[in-house]
Amino acid sequence: MSPVVSMSKVRLAFPGTQALDGADFEIEPGEIRSLLGENGAGKSTLMKVLAGAEHPDEGEIRVDGEVVAHQTPRNARELGIAMVFQEMSLAPNLTVAENITLGRPPASYGVVSWNGVRERAAEALEQLNVGVPLDALARTLTIAQQQMVEIAKAVAGDLKVLILDEPTSALTETETQELFTLIRRLSARGIAVVYISHNLEEIFVVCDSVTVMRDGRTIATHRTAETDVDRLIGEMVGRVLSDMMPKESIPRGEVVLDVRDLVVDGKDVPVSFRAHRGEVLGFAGLLGAGRTALMRCLVGDIPRTSGTVELHGRPLDPRRPGDAIRRGLGYLSDDRRASGIVGGLSVRENIGMACLSLNARYGVMKSLQERRLAVTTAERLRIVTNGVEKKVGELSGGNQQKVVLGKWMAAGVEVLILDEPTRGIDVGAKAEVYQLVNDLAREGKAVILVSSYLPEVLGMSDRVLVMRAGSIVGEYDREDATSESVMYDATGQAKPEEFTRVTGYVDSLLAGPAPGTPRGPEAPQTSGDPGTPAAPVPARPTGTPEDRP
Amino acid sequence: MKTTDEAPRLAGGSPGVPAPSPGARWRALVAPLGQQLAPFTIVFVICVVLWILTPHFLTTSNILGNLVQMSSLAIIAVGATMVIVAAGIDLSVSTVVGLAGVVSTVSIVEYGTGVPLGLLAGVAAGGLVGLVNGLLVSKLGLPAFITTLGTLSVCGGAALLITDGKAVYGLPDGFKWLGNGTVLGIPVPIVLMLVVAFAGHFLLSRTTLGRAAYAIGGNPETARLSGINVAAILIALYVISGLLAGLAGILEASRVVSGQPTAGTNYNLNAIAAAVIGGASLFGGEGRIVGAVVGAMILQLIGNGSNLLNISTFWQSVIVGVVVILAVLYDQIRHRRARKAT
Repeated sequence: MSPVVSMSKVRLAFPGTQALDGADFEIEPGEIRSLLGENGAGKSTLMKVLAGAEHPDEGEIRVDGEVVAHQTPRNARELGIAMVFQEMSLAPNLTVAENITLGRPPASYGVVSWNGVRERAAEALEQLNVGVPLDALARTLTIAQQQMVEIAKAVAGDLKVLILDEPTSALTETETQELFTLIRRLSARGIAVVYISHNLEEIFVVCDSVTVMRDGRTIATHRTAETDVDRLIGEMVGRVLSDMMPKESIPRGEVVLDVRDLVVDGKDVPVSFRAHRGEVLGFAGLLGAGRTALMRCLVGDIPRTSGTVELHGRPLDPRRPGDAIRRGLGYLSDDRRASGIVGGLSVRENIGMACLSLNARYGVMKSLQERRLAVTTAERLRIVTNGVEKKVGELSGGNQQKVVLGKWMAAGVEVLILDEPTRGIDVGAKAEVYQLVNDLAREGKAVILVSSYLPEVLGMSDRVLVMRAGSIVGEYDREDATSESVMYDATGQAKPEEFTRVTGYVDSLLAGPAPGTPRGPEAPQTSGDPGTPAAPVPARPTGTPEDRP
Repeated sequence: MKTTDEAPRLAGGSPGVPAPSPGARWRALVAPLGQQLAPFTIVFVICVVLWILTPHFLTTSNILGNLVQMSSLAIIAVGATMVIVAAGIDLSVSTVVGLAGVVSTVSIVEYGTGVPLGLLAGVAAGGLVGLVNGLLVSKLGLPAFITTLGTLSVCGGAALLITDGKAVYGLPDGFKWLGNGTVLGIPVPIVLMLVVAFAGHFLLSRTTLGRAAYAIGGNPETARLSGINVAAILIALYVISGLLAGLAGILEASRVVSGQPTAGTNYNLNAIAAAVIGGASLFGGEGRIVGAVVGAMILQLIGNGSNLLNISTFWQSVIVGVVVILAVLYDQIRHRRARKAT
């Protein structure tokens, strides 16, 4: 069969990075193709080029064999290519029907036919066999429903290629299954589906074939039936992860942060835990498990309903993050661009931002002192930039993240919360971030590492707490933490078959000669017995981990 | 993300990025400089044109007259810039000018407070309006545009209510000094303008308050999580804007030796225009005091030039409007380009 879309030698440079570096891509009608790669590998960018949202510097795009000269979102749509983005793009105050027909509503002489709108929308939803009320406002829908509406919107035209960008990242298990059914149905109708993901589990469930990307290049394409997890990972990361996480064992010091029965505003479960000097305390869990809310509450960004927090033995009740920082508690946020950097300010100004008063007297900045601090920090973190006066927005993702880390190191906090510190940065920068986490622990700081990336949280932490639905449901010492048990706690359900895939993936990432990787003797013999994960989790009352006195 | 020019596309540094061409590197170096110097260049060009076309332009009295006339606008533009840098906007300044003038003249004439205290009362009234603006915007989270549009109307009404719509006369001679006196031969308004400009520049570029303003304007979330007390900083900036509008108000009142409730009608648009012409971005995070003063100078020269060349005042208004739109357009294009580059 001839490909419906073929892209060749696509190159695209962004400030500081070569996002696409000669990527090739082909897909046939009805094929379900996974586009796999680490964050920043160029998956989304390549598909945005196809959908007309980005313009390549070089390269050729053919649709049905015809060269497309200048792709725009509009003519991509006319050619039957639609992309559903990670961030939903529905108009929140329009109804489902209006959203589906948005752009080209049925109309005569410019007057919209509202009956036509409803008919066409109903038809599109019916094709997908999804039940979403036509007159509901988009903002009242769940994320899964919004996604269905987005897909219906795409299907409402003459669709040839549907691109889904990380569609399951915010879906529940059931919703994910429904989405998969839908994808298969679209495929049966001859629509090619590109499925962007870094979740290996899903790829084997739903995709026919997989293309691996790394550093802006397409590395290889396989039939899913003819490949395996190890091979894909090897192609994805290009090196063994255990080499990147040279976890050092540092003697655990005294308790610095003691959280007792903390109830975050808007939640109703109390949470208790302690962090020690020299310790990396991991927080594992799925997206939406309440980890970020808990951390933001600790630094005073979200109010607390009840409970106490002690920092260095003294009660801490910050009204805003500034109060927490003055006491030596910092929070590196989970979204670098939205709340980590100020892109328009320089590396120096960003690094000095959390310790303004340290570099000032009577409110007047000591410019030289600040500059020296910034230069030292930038050198220590090996931030690649020509000078600390460079604007942070012009750096690559990895360097931006190092600037944010630098901000907290410069602030000299004793307890540092890192929320998804390696999200969206390249493999090399990840390794450096892990090294910094080690450095911080060695200096006697307490590091709280929140990560949804299982290999990372298992590989880096001295102790792992697992959160689900706002409460801490599991606690493991480094030696006892296995991917099975953590996944079991995080999901609260046994999914033996998929477990094998996920944990097999994680274990293969962590496997390697490096000493100190958390592979106990009981390591991953995944059991096929439903309901009994390989490492049984001791029943433990919610929110009261074992190190309570 | 905010970037000032096309430089981001040319940024090198990380491995695997093609080295920029020599021409590109040259542009990356020169573009930011050119952008900072652009307002000065415009002033220079206007001056040369006026000098060639009119015999009266390059006379001491005309130059001093221009500087005196622009002083109130420049003082207000300094405050406007500070608010704009933090991604806020203060539309109330024009009626604050009238209100401050009325408050000070009424205090002196009807309550006998004496000149210094009366002048202070006028400035304080401006600061009070700024405080209200700041509290509404930061504590209640109201949009700055609507909030200050509201206080604009309130202050305009208040000024008229206080005087029953009439101008306030009968001021003592001492009241004239601020607007008409001299210090070491230099007119007081010019001295005040320079003092305010230097203080504003110092505040914005050398203090933690200024740094916090840029951080908030660039990314309020980051600023807050970095420990900056966003509400307190915003309140301080609006208070400064109000105080400076109050200062301009008493300056205006002193110049005409009367309290005019409708003084300062045009200052709103012009102050924001001056800030934007001077390179402040309405998206926040960018702007310099020097730019605002030069922006005020450009607007003043457009007015003065039109007078000298016998262009009708109706056309002046058109020209100012077009210049403002061009300046904002320039700002938009820069940001669109910067955003595209990310």
